[in-house]
Amino acid sequence: MEVKIKSMKHEDFKDNEYIDKLVEELNASGTNVMVGKLDQLINWGLSNSLWPLTFGTSCCAIEFMSLGAARYDMARFGFEVARNSPRQADYIMVQGTIVHRMVPALLRLYDQLAEPKYVIACGGCAVSGGPFKNSYCVLPGVDKVLPVDVYIPGCPPRPEAFFYGLMQLQRKIKVQKFFGGVNRKERIEEFFAKHPEERGQLG
Amino acid sequence: MSDIKAKISQICPSVTFEEGDCLLVNVPEQDWHSLATALKNDRELNYDLLTAVVGMDWKESLGVIYYLTSTARNWDLLAVKVAVTDRKNPMIHSVSDLWKVALFQEREAFDFYGIKFINHPDMRRFFLRNDWVGYPLRKDYDADPKLNPVRMEDEKHEDDTVSFVEDENGKIKKIPGKVFTEDDYVVNFGPQHPSTHGVMRFRAAVDGEIIKKVDVVSGYIHRGIEKLCEGLTYPQILHFTDRMDYMSAHQNRHCLCMCIEKALGLEVPQRAVVIRTMMDELMRISSHLLAFGCTAMDLGATTAFFYGFREREMVLDIFEKTCGARMSMNYNVIGGVIADIHTDFVKDVKELIRIMPERMKEYHKVFTGNVIAMNRLKGVGILTKENAINYAVTGPSGRGSDWSCDCRKKHPYAAYPMVQFEEVLEKGCDSYARYMVRMREIEESVRILEQLVDRIPEGPIRAQVPKIIKLPAGRWYQQVEASRGTFGVYIESDGQKNPYRVHFQSPCFNLVGVMDICCQGNMIADLITIGAALDFVIPDIDR
Repeated sequence: MEVKIKSMKHEDFKDNEYIDKLVEELNASGTNVMVGKLDQLINWGLSNSLWPLTFGTSCCAIEFMSLGAARYDMARFGFEVARNSPRQADYIMVQGTIVHRMVPALLRLYDQLAEPKYVIACGGCAVSGGPFKNSYCVLPGVDKVLPVDVYIPGCPPRPEAFFYGLMQLQRKIKVQKFFGGVNRKERIEEFFAKHPEERGQLG
Repeated sequence: MSDIKAKISQICPSVTFEEGDCLLVNVPEQDWHSLATALKNDRELNYDLLTAVVGMDWKESLGVIYYLTSTARNWDLLAVKVAVTDRKNPMIHSVSDLWKVALFQEREAFDFYGIKFINHPDMRRFFLRNDWVGYPLRKDYDADPKLNPVRMEDEKHEDDTVSFVEDENGKIKKIPGKVFTEDDYVVNFGPQHPSTHGVMRFRAAVDGEIIKKVDVVSGYIHRGIEKLCEGLTYPQILHFTDRMDYMSAHQNRHCLCMCIEKALGLEVPQRAVVIRTMMDELMRISSHLLAFGCTAMDLGATTAFFYGFREREMVLDIFEKTCGARMSMNYNVIGGVIADIHTDFVKDVKELIRIMPERMKEYHKVFTGNVIAMNRLKGVGILTKENAINYAVTGPSGRGSDWSCDCRKKHPYAAYPMVQFEEVLEKGCDSYARYMVRMREIEESVRILEQLVDRIPEGPIRAQVPKIIKLPAGRWYQQVEASRGTFGVYIESDGQKNPYRVHFQSPCFNLVGVMDICCQGNMIADLITIGAALDFVIPDIDR
């Protein structure tokens, strides 16, 4: 089985290994027909109407605005309803550098998102700290505090790269098991329980 | 110059002078405030504009360099150096009572160097958390992450402030205070708010719907660029400028390159000079179009946003073809530009020049004349000319207060002496005037492009530069007109291949400083439009 999304063919994606592996895992564990169908229905709905929480701190946010404008028009793929309240959004799009002072605000926004929720790290700064990695007050990547689903590299990423990343998220959602899932989001504490070394790095 | 020297030594005999990029006055701390008062109030000297405040650590002493300008006389710069040797408890008299712009600028110096300013009403940190340990830009700063781990909890006591007040006997007393009183009803905006144009946080005390006071809490995107620069070589620090005010990427980088070129005594080929100027103006168009779109969107006019972005994409296409990127172009380099213009460049620019007048009419039709827009912009956010100078609000926002402050006219650089353009001024002093300055500046930028597009000279695009760039010991200050105002770069070198100190004097830093006085007496909903019309970019403030 391959994961199909409307906007792009399976073979056009460059990294299909991870999604094939997820599908394999999903198939191996098996599921009830009813539950499976219900899962598919929910995933179909979820993946086609992904509402982002705009969390633009710097340059990437401007490119995200280009996405909303007429030329790139993200409405074509169901991403258009950019929300400013976390309670109405499906995923948080971290666009730009996260600095020490921002971390509590970011964590609170993430906590306010309703489940199921996803995190996309946009741009070099959100992925790894980017050019500011060595600074005294920059978080070297949001994955130090949040579990990230999709990384979109670039400084800033091109609008096409944004789409590619967002479609990757669509594919990931297509294979999620909504009922008692395996690849669902992890809470921060669970994440730290599995990766105690990350907590150590953060002091 | 010599009469200024004579005049200053007459006022304050204890000063010494240093020649250099501009005249530098060394003044002992105890005489600083009286000299500053004289510099500001003396009829002949009349230094009414405080351009830059640069905190410094010279290892044996800490201090501040103030760059002053007289807008009435001429726009020549005067630097004043104040240094104290006490590293444990450095104290300098504040000049925030003379130049209001120092209110925020001195807080920055306190944040970075721990220099306490006597009689400053609000000595809080500006960029860093209030529980931050140490002063990061000091040369002996301990960068151990154990001292300052990533804190997951909110800051406490954010209402607390402190001031150091000198009584008549010269004794300095520490007086704790509060930002807001017990009775104030405080509304919080941000840091994640769609209309603050980034991650800025405002706390507004309101009386009903009327704003009484706005407290600016910055630093949510403070990335420590100035400290990072100290560890890198000159070509390596160039890319930071593109990422501060990303809507003035070319101008900012142009400024830094010019500052380094000035220090090296490097002559830039004429072709590069013209290309740089054209790129600056294209950047200005793209920035003002974004400002137009965002102002409209903040008022709920989404259609205007699409119009603005339509033409902005054309400019971005020009950038992409020549520089290889839509944003963060990294185009200027020391001695010229990194690559020659694309073969389509001239054609594309001409096409832009052709369509812009027509499109400008569309913008005015769709938004400017709209009755809601008029009501929301006209008479809102008054900033008088005196305040604009006092708070050093330059750029379109300053010119909206009828203050002629265009750096392209005052300190002509690059190819600006070659072209004719009008410095756009509006008399309204309100949000509408600032908005109109931007719209008219697009037309002026198109005019500049029109004059230059057929005059790009042939020749090399880059001067010969040494492989390892070392600046001679000294200090340099360079200004350009960025999209939002006068952008300044200060470099101090000790002869090594990396700078001793780099300071970026960003225009948006001063813009956000007038939010308080602009908003007072206006409705809470107008805070958004005032911010939109001032048009600040947050990473430029925080750096």
